[in-house]
Amino acid sequence: MSKGIISLHYEISADDFQAAGEASSSVKKKLKQLGVSPNAVKRVSIAMYEAEMNVVIHGNGGYMDVEIDKDRIKLVFRDKGPGIPDVDLAMQEGYSTAPDRIREMGFGAGMGLPNIKRNSDKLDIETGIGKGTILTIEVNMQ
Amino acid sequence: MKLKEIIEILDGEILCTDENEDIEISSACGSDLMSDVMAFVKNSSMLLTGLLNLQVIRTAEMMDIRLVVFVRGKKPEQCVIDLAKQKGIALACTKHSLFVSCGLLYANGLTEGGNHP
Repeated sequence: MSKGIISLHYEISADDFQAAGEASSSVKKKLKQLGVSPNAVKRVSIAMYEAEMNVVIHGNGGYMDVEIDKDRIKLVFRDKGPGIPDVDLAMQEGYSTAPDRIREMGFGAGMGLPNIKRNSDKLDIETGIGKGTILTIEVNMQ
Repeated sequence: MKLKEIIEILDGEILCTDENEDIEISSACGSDLMSDVMAFVKNSSMLLTGLLNLQVIRTAEMMDIRLVVFVRGKKPEQCVIDLAKQKGIALACTKHSLFVSCGLLYANGLTEGGNHP
C-alpha cells in the first residue's frame, strides 16, 4: 500500500441500531481494498465494531476518526456519554452496565473493552465523569 | 462441508445465499452473545444462533462468517435478510434447537473453529 496517511471521519448516532456497525463495515472494506493483511483486518474489525457499539449504547453518539498509514491503523472514538467511573472495573471480563434491552441484542456480555484490548497493540482511554470518553486504539500492520 | 449438505443435515431452509451457492464451511460456532462470538471465535465460517437482529449480520461481517443459521424455528425480519444479501452472507433457518443443531453438525464431521485465547 502507499506510504501516505489516509484519514477517514464518521459520525456515530446514539441508539441507532439500524446504522450501528455501518462505520466499521465501511472501514473494513477500505482496509481490504488497501491490501491490509487478513489478521490485521480481523483485529481492527473486532476492536472497531465493539468500540462503535459502545458509542451507540453508552456514549450517546459521537465520532470515529481513522488514520491508516503503512505501519499501523489508528482509531479514535470520541463520545458524548457520561464517562467511565472506574476504568479498571470496565476492563474486567464480564463486567457490564448495559441495560436489558442491550443484552437482548446480544451485547452487554462485559466483553467489549476486554475484546478491544485483546485486539489492539495500543489502547488509551481518556474519560471523566460528565466529560465523555476518548478511546484511542492502534493496531500494527504486522 | 457444503452449504447444501448443512441444510440437509439440519432439515433447514435457505433464506438467502451468496451468488456462489456452493460455499464451503470448514468450521462452526454457536452462540446468542455476539460479544462472545467476537471474543472466543477465531476462524469459523458459520454461526448458529437464536438471535435475530441486524447486529448478528454486522458481527458475521466483522468475523468473516459466511453462513448464519437461525435455530429454534425463528425467522428474521426482511431488513435482516436484506442486510445479509448486501454483505454477501448466506442465511438459513432450522426448527432444531441450538444444542441439537450443533450436535447434528458435529456428528457429521463439522467441528469448531473457535479457540479460547
